[in-house]
Order: sequence, then C-alpha cells, then structure tokens
Amino acid sequence: MTATDTLVHDELGAAPASRKARWGDPIFKAVTLGAGIFTVTIMFAIGLFLLIRALPALANNSGNFLTSSTWLPDQSPPVFGIAALLFGTLVTASLALLMAVPVGVAVALYASHYATPRLGKVLAFLVDLLAAVPSIIFGLWGLAVLMPNMGGLLKWLNDHLGFIPIFQNTTGIYTKSVLIAAVVLAIMILPTVSSVSREVLVQAPDLQIEAALAVGATKWESMRMVVLPFGRPGIISAAMLGLGRALGETIAVAIILSALFEVNWHISEPGGNTFAANIALKWNEAGTNGLGALIASGLVLFLITLAVNLVARMVINRRRVKEGTA
Amino acid sequence: MRSTRTAQIAALGAATVLALSACSSSSNTASTPSGSSSGSINCATGSIKASGSTAQKNAITEWINAYQQACTGATIDYQANGSGAGITDFSNGQTSFAGSDSALKAENRPGADARCSPGAAIDIPMVGGAITLAYKVDGLSGLTLTPPVIAKIFNNKITKWNDPAIAAVNPGVTLPDQPIAQFHRSDSSGTTENFSKYLKATAPTDWPYETGKDWPAPGGQGSKGNDGVTASLTATANSIGYIELSFAQDAKLATAKVDNGAGAVEATSQNAAVTIAAAPITGTGNDLALKIDYKISAPNAYPIVLVTYEITCNKGLPADQATLTKSFLTYTASDAAQSTLVDLGYVPITGVVLTKVKAAVASIL
Amino acid sequence: MSSDTLLRPADGPSAVGLRRRSLARSALPISAAAGVAIAVIGALTTDIDGVAGTMVVAVLASIVIYVTWSLIVEGRQRATDRFATTVIAAAAVLALVPLVSVLWTVIERGIAVLGLSFLTDSMRNVSARSAGGGLFHALLGTLEQVAIATLISVPIGILTAIYLVEYGRGRVAKVIGFVVDVMVGVPSIIAGLFIFTGLVLTLGLPRSGLAAAFALAILMLPVVTRTTDEMLRVVPNDLREASYALGIPKWRTITKVVLPAALPGIITGAMLAVARVTGETAPLLLTTFLTQSVNPNPLDGPQASIPTFVWDQITSGTPASLARAWGGALVLILFVTVFYATARLASWWFMGRRGMSVR
Repeated sequence: MTATDTLVHDELGAAPASRKARWGDPIFKAVTLGAGIFTVTIMFAIGLFLLIRALPALANNSGNFLTSSTWLPDQSPPVFGIAALLFGTLVTASLALLMAVPVGVAVALYASHYATPRLGKVLAFLVDLLAAVPSIIFGLWGLAVLMPNMGGLLKWLNDHLGFIPIFQNTTGIYTKSVLIAAVVLAIMILPTVSSVSREVLVQAPDLQIEAALAVGATKWESMRMVVLPFGRPGIISAAMLGLGRALGETIAVAIILSALFEVNWHISEPGGNTFAANIALKWNEAGTNGLGALIASGLVLFLITLAVNLVARMVINRRRVKEGTA
Repeated sequence: MRSTRTAQIAALGAATVLALSACSSSSNTASTPSGSSSGSINCATGSIKASGSTAQKNAITEWINAYQQACTGATIDYQANGSGAGITDFSNGQTSFAGSDSALKAENRPGADARCSPGAAIDIPMVGGAITLAYKVDGLSGLTLTPPVIAKIFNNKITKWNDPAIAAVNPGVTLPDQPIAQFHRSDSSGTTENFSKYLKATAPTDWPYETGKDWPAPGGQGSKGNDGVTASLTATANSIGYIELSFAQDAKLATAKVDNGAGAVEATSQNAAVTIAAAPITGTGNDLALKIDYKISAPNAYPIVLVTYEITCNKGLPADQATLTKSFLTYTASDAAQSTLVDLGYVPITGVVLTKVKAAVASIL
Repeated sequence: MSSDTLLRPADGPSAVGLRRRSLARSALPISAAAGVAIAVIGALTTDIDGVAGTMVVAVLASIVIYVTWSLIVEGRQRATDRFATTVIAAAAVLALVPLVSVLWTVIERGIAVLGLSFLTDSMRNVSARSAGGGLFHALLGTLEQVAIATLISVPIGILTAIYLVEYGRGRVAKVIGFVVDVMVGVPSIIAGLFIFTGLVLTLGLPRSGLAAAFALAILMLPVVTRTTDEMLRVVPNDLREASYALGIPKWRTITKVVLPAALPGIITGAMLAVARVTGETAPLLLTTFLTQSVNPNPLDGPQASIPTFVWDQITSGTPASLARAWGGALVLILFVTVFYATARLASWWFMGRRGMSVR
C-alpha cells in the first residue's frame, strides 16, 4: 500500500479540493516559516547573550585577547588571551575530523552496500549505540584504556619520524596530550558521521548502480561513479555535524588534557586546552570577570563554527545534485 | 488507523511516565543507614538547597544522610559545583547556604550581604581538610618532604626520585632512579589555592608564583578534580600529586610526611586539626574567617590544611529556609557530627574555634 | 587455481583467449597469514612492539600482499576493486574496535552494581563509601527531561526543515538554513549557559528539569532540522509531481506523501538527536540542581538525571561510588538501546516495508 494509493482513495469522493485547500497552503507555509524564525531567534538570543556578558570582561582585559596565551582574568589587572585555546581547539577538531570522516563514510558504505542486510543492520546498530555513551565515560575510557595503549605507537613515531615537528616529543611523556584527545573525539563523532552518511548512501538510486555494473564496472567503480557523488552533500553535512560536536566537546576533553596555556606543535606532549574544556575547568571557581572571560571565549568558539559552516555551505551548494527538491 | 496508533502510543508513553512518578514516593528508601546519628538532633522539616565547595562534598553528604534519617520530614540537597559557583548561587537567592574553600572575598561581599538584607552574610568554618602529598612509588617505604623540596618537585626543578635534595631529607631510604611523574590540578580549585598559599608562605624563594586557584608552575601533568589526580596517581608509576586526605585514604595511596622544621609530621586528621585549631579568627562578630598559619612548626601539627566555610545569613533567610538551615548547621557543628569527620578522612574543627562556630550558628535567625 | 569467467573488454590485453584468470578464494586467507607472519617477525626484530603495533603491521602487510597478488593475476581494474573492498571492510572493523572496547569497559565495570534495587532505589541517605543505593531518581529525571526536550524540538525541527526544502526560496530561507548550520555547532555548555543566565538568572526561573529540557531542546533542534532536511531532499521529485498531478494541494503533498516517504530517515535523525543529548552532562550541571532524592516534578525543585548522577558519583571518588558511576553509564546505554529498538519497531510498524532503511 503506497502513499499515493491512500491519497487517491481519500481524495476521490471528497469535496472539491480547491476550496478546502486554498487556506491550507498559506497557513501551513506560515507555520513552517514560524518554526524557522523561532530557530533564528534562539540563535540570535544566544549570540546576544554571549556578547552582553563578554563585553565587560573584554573591556577590562589588559592583555591582547587574540594573541596572548595567559589566562588570569580574576587577577588585577586581568590578563587573558585565547591563542592557546584557539590552537588547541582547531588542532583537536581537525585531527578528529580527519580520522573520523574516512572511517565513518567507509563504515556507512560497508553497512549500506557491501554487507548483507542483516550484518549491515547489526553494524549500524552497534555504531549508533556509541552515540549514547555519555561523554564523561569516553573521557574515563580514554584515560584508562586508550592512553596506556597509545604510548608505544607515539614513542615509535617520535623515534622514527621525530624530525616532523608534530610527531616530536621532547618530554618523554606520552600521556594527556592533544593527540589522544583528538583520537577520543574522533571515536565520539564517528557514530554521527557514520549514521547520517549511511542514511544518505542507502538512498542512492539502485537503477544507476545496476546500470554501471551492467556495462562492466566493478563494485568499487559503481560506488565511485554513482553512490559517492550522490551522497557527497549528505556526507559533507554529516562531517559538519561531527565537527560541531568535536569543536564543542567539553567534559571528555577536560578530563584528558593536561590543560596548559601554550601553543605547542608537539601534539603528543602533555598539554593543550580547548575553548570548551577551558570553560569546564574554570567555570566553577571563576569570579565575575573570569566568567565574562570564559563567555568571551565561548563567543569566539561560536564565531569559528559560523565561519566553518559558511565554508561548508558554499562547498555543498556548488556541488549539490538536487535529487528531489520541489 | 495511523492517527489512532499514534494516539495509542502517546497514551502508553504518558501512562508509563505517570506510573513511574506514582511509584516514586516509595523509592526514597534508605537502603544502607550510614553511621550512627545521635538522638539529640532538634529536627525541622522542609527542604533547602545548598551548593559550593567540592572539597567538603563527601562530608556534607554524610551529615545530610544522618540528619535526614533522624528527621524524615527534611530534605537537604547539596550540589558540589565549586566554591565560586556556590557563592554565585547563594547571592542569587538560589540556596540557603554556600560551601566555600575560602571566606567571602571583598568583591563578593556586597552581593552576599544584599541577599541577606536586613542581615549580613557570615562565614562559619565547618569542615577541615588535609592536603596530602600522595605518591605511588614501588618499594618506597616512607617519604619525608620539606617545603623547599616540595616546591622544587612541583615546579619541575627536581625531576628524579633519587635527587640529592630528596635523599638529604630521607636518610636511609632507598630512592629509585626514576623520573618523577608529577600531577597537579588542571581545573581551578580551592585545594590548589591553599597548597600554593602554603608553598608561598614556607618556601617563597623556590615558589615565586602568585597564589590563586589556578596552577601556576611549569611541568608535570594536570588532571581534573581530586578524583582525576587520584586516578592518575593510581595509574602511573613513580607519581606524586597533592590530593585531599579522604581521597588518598579511599585509593589507599601512601602519603608523605611533611617537615615544617619541627620534625616529620604524618598527614592525619588529628595532626591537621591541631593546625586548624591554632588559626586565629580574623572576622568580626559572628563572621569567623580564619587565617591559617602555614608556617606552623610543631611536632604534631600537619601544616597543609584547608577549611571549608558555610556561608549563610545571620538573619534575613526566608522563614521556611531559616529553621531548617539553623537546625542542620547546629547538628553539623555538634561534637557528635564533627567527630564523624575523622572516619571520613576529613578534619574536625575543635577547641575555641568550634565554640565560636556553635555560637555563630545559634545566632542565626 | 583459476576459474572461468566471462571475457570483459575492460580487462586489458589478455593473450589467454576467452578464459580469464581470477584470484582463488584461498588468496585472501593466504595473504592474511603472510601478513601476520611478517608482523610477528617485525615485532621480534624491530622496535615495533605492543599488540596494537603488531596488528597494524599485520593488516597493512596482508592488504599489500593481497592487492599485489590480485594486480598480477587479475589486472588493475579488479585489483582496485579488491583494494577498495578490503579497505572499506577494514575500516568497518577499525570502527568496531574502540566501540567494543568502550562497551566492554562499561559492561565490565558496571555490571557488578546492576540489579533491581539499583534501578528502583534512589541515593537518598546512601553514603559515598557504602555500597547500595540506586539511580531511580536519575532515571526518572532523564526520562522526563528528554521527553520534554523531544516534544519541543522535533516538531519545530521538522517544520523548519519542511520550510527549507519545500518552500524556501530567497533570503529568508538562506538565513534560516545558515542559522541551523551554525546552531549545530553550539557547544552544549553554551546552550546550558544561555538557559542558566537567560531564564534562571534574568527571569528568575528555578533550576529545574524544565530548564534542562530547554537546554537539551536547543541542542536537539538543529540536528533534527538538518537530518530531516537531508531526508526530505532525497525524496524523489517524481513522488511530489505525481501528487500534484492528482490535484493534491502542496501542504497535503508534504504531509501525506513527502513526510511519510522520508519518515524512516527523520526518525533516525530524531533518535540520533535524542541519543546525543541523553548523555550530555555540562548543560545539565548548570540548569538542574542535583539531588539524591526522587523528584517527579520537572517544573520545580532539584531533579537528578543520569549524566549528572554519573558525574556526581565519579567526583565522589570512592570505589563504591565509581562502581555506581559505571553502572549508571551502563543503564544509559541499555536505555538508549531499548529506545532505538522501540523506535525502529515503531517505524516498521507504521511504514511496513518502507520502514527498513538499511538494505
């Protein structure tokens, strides 16, 4: 029983459609528009609130907000700057995305086109389950299970590829670093990227896939020619969802990082700090100026997300294959 | 058809939630009574909220449990969201008292007093804590540290366990030839503040940093919370860090003796109580802010201590909150309640200070 | 060792005539064995140690052997295909490793404390150092807070997505779409801060389950909107045009044709949003007031929730508390599992064949 069957059944014998429907359309459109405007209002309210609360602290700041790495907003005179936070946030989030998107898309592809339907469902279900785990547990797992086991690999990287700055480690300690936080973040955003990608890839038109196979393409070639291009906008959306989570992840990162305020390219050394983790670590004991400083850092995080999503939308719009927009 | 199914599901969902709510009243059962409560509590009823210091969390929870068991009509909820947040909550009228690791600072006083008008806010020391130097080093039988050595360990000047400076204060002890894995707090904390105050007072040349709630020194690794540092210590060989006594006891970590000049003093509740009891009161009237003498040099005084205050109104609390607050704080200031602190790994308030605390609580209207 | 296959022109010059060689089925296990052997030798002779390192080398070596073998026997086209299949399958396994590890850790550490009393008792009058107690107060709180958040965010999200896909043209739609994208990136703690200072401090509303629900709704809304948007766009235009051809007005087309077609994906999106916010801790710490007792009223008074329960138990630090924390995480996973299963069942029940979204 398809949707169209029901419609025909309903509509035949009903009052003339035109009179009933004429007021339905504008009302419905207004309702959906209202929902959209509500969303916009919320965002502006958040932005406004951040700005209002941040301005007094920003005005008091006697250091350079953008380039300084110190964080002492409750001292007099207050000095605080986000350089280290910016660095840490961008590095952890990009690394996490770099690790999670290929794996996530591959999992989605496997579950939707390579595995048997049953195996695909089980795999999908298991990966989705990861999304339910509270972030604090990821932090604890990262500390208890991941960190001890990554030391060997990081040490090997330092010994053999240490001439590359990011693999170098001058402290000999391979725990509580930006790199480990990035790996945990990647695991945390994997379910999001994978789920959304899978939902899109599964909708790829079977006819085109079979056509490709019929003219002699291998399975991979049919994926490459049909499924992936079809899913590209959706995959980018999935990546943006994942990036959003990675940029804003608070507790897990706060537990893992050693929280140093410095820009350090040796990402396997202990240290590092991100905007969200910093808020989690400092909020409870912050004085009035401290709170304002933290909110100012939140504002910057907000603006970064804005910029990133702007770029992503431009990419999507240029390549979007509109499969079915009315 | 579909709409009836939707309605059915919605009804089922609503019924489930209602059913769960209905059996809620029967699940507020005390499954394991904890500790004995003396029968002399003057019970009050109602419910109040309090928030603040994480350092005193376990102690307050024990007291709340004992009080609620003796007085079944009372509910007291304490949220350990940090001293700063606790004072903010109190000043905004969200809570009846705040727990804070330091007395009200000048910048916070106007807000707190405004909340208490026509009265004023008072600091009442209630829970003491000892900051221990916990370590995990295989084969190390005992460790004594002096302030300069502690300072140098924690600012990365001493990096190996068998450094001559450590060996000098530990004659006869075999120290391993291993790097020190030093852990401090990555989050802002009253524990860090008190620890850095101690180092600044006793070893100013080796600890040239400002005191504050944030860790100022280079080196080492930061972990979040007393629980985080404890977990890091337990998981890392040759590690040392500063944590509350109760955490060290729960994790069964060894703690160093501290030598302030009069000999090595073990980190115990009793030794820490001596330091707190000797602290002069710098507040006026019923505001009992203490000034801890970190340089205290006595054979039975453990110097690295902190005190958590309950900040409340001497008058001005709404009537429905005042009775229960006063009743609860009277209980916590009682000898019986204070003596349970030792078992929990906290430090009781004793002596003259305790007498003044009782008087301050009695004065709450 | 070779099997008959159809001649395919894309296979390159094949002087063997109509028979073309293809890799035997035993090629894969043989390559895998060779890879493991190389890894073990490598572990013994070089400084690559540890289980993880050896496994990585084994997998890489196996893949290289397998693909090179295929390249020699079957030619470039099929070798690429085998390479892609192997890499994709390896990625699926790679994704499972941390998943299984996390789940195993939670189960291993949380199972000891799980029991009927854990689910039905609260933590009222239970001390940090003693065993016992439970998370009923937290479970009830989470159920209520998440339910309210879903009721707020899902309708608004779906309606917004409908506007963007079906009606949106011009500036307004662009702005709304942009704003939705941006809100996906709102850190959960910022949403919590917004509700705390906006509603609680400024408007004087109490910290309560409702305030938490508002914060969670802000976090769920963009996710629901975004995924619904994607699902609606993927619905083929033919369906819409067929509906219009029958004289169905636009709004009924949307509600009766397009939405049902996209429903499985929309449900997944909503479920993903719910799963995501059920585990959020930071906004709840700011908007709710913790309690150890049961409070069935989300509108007033302190109310616990599972993430704050886990947080609270972890910061207590005693062995008994830590066990309860892991138990709480386990309950959360079980709760979301049951929720997922129920939602998939419901989706299948409503939509019949179309309810299955994974082929």
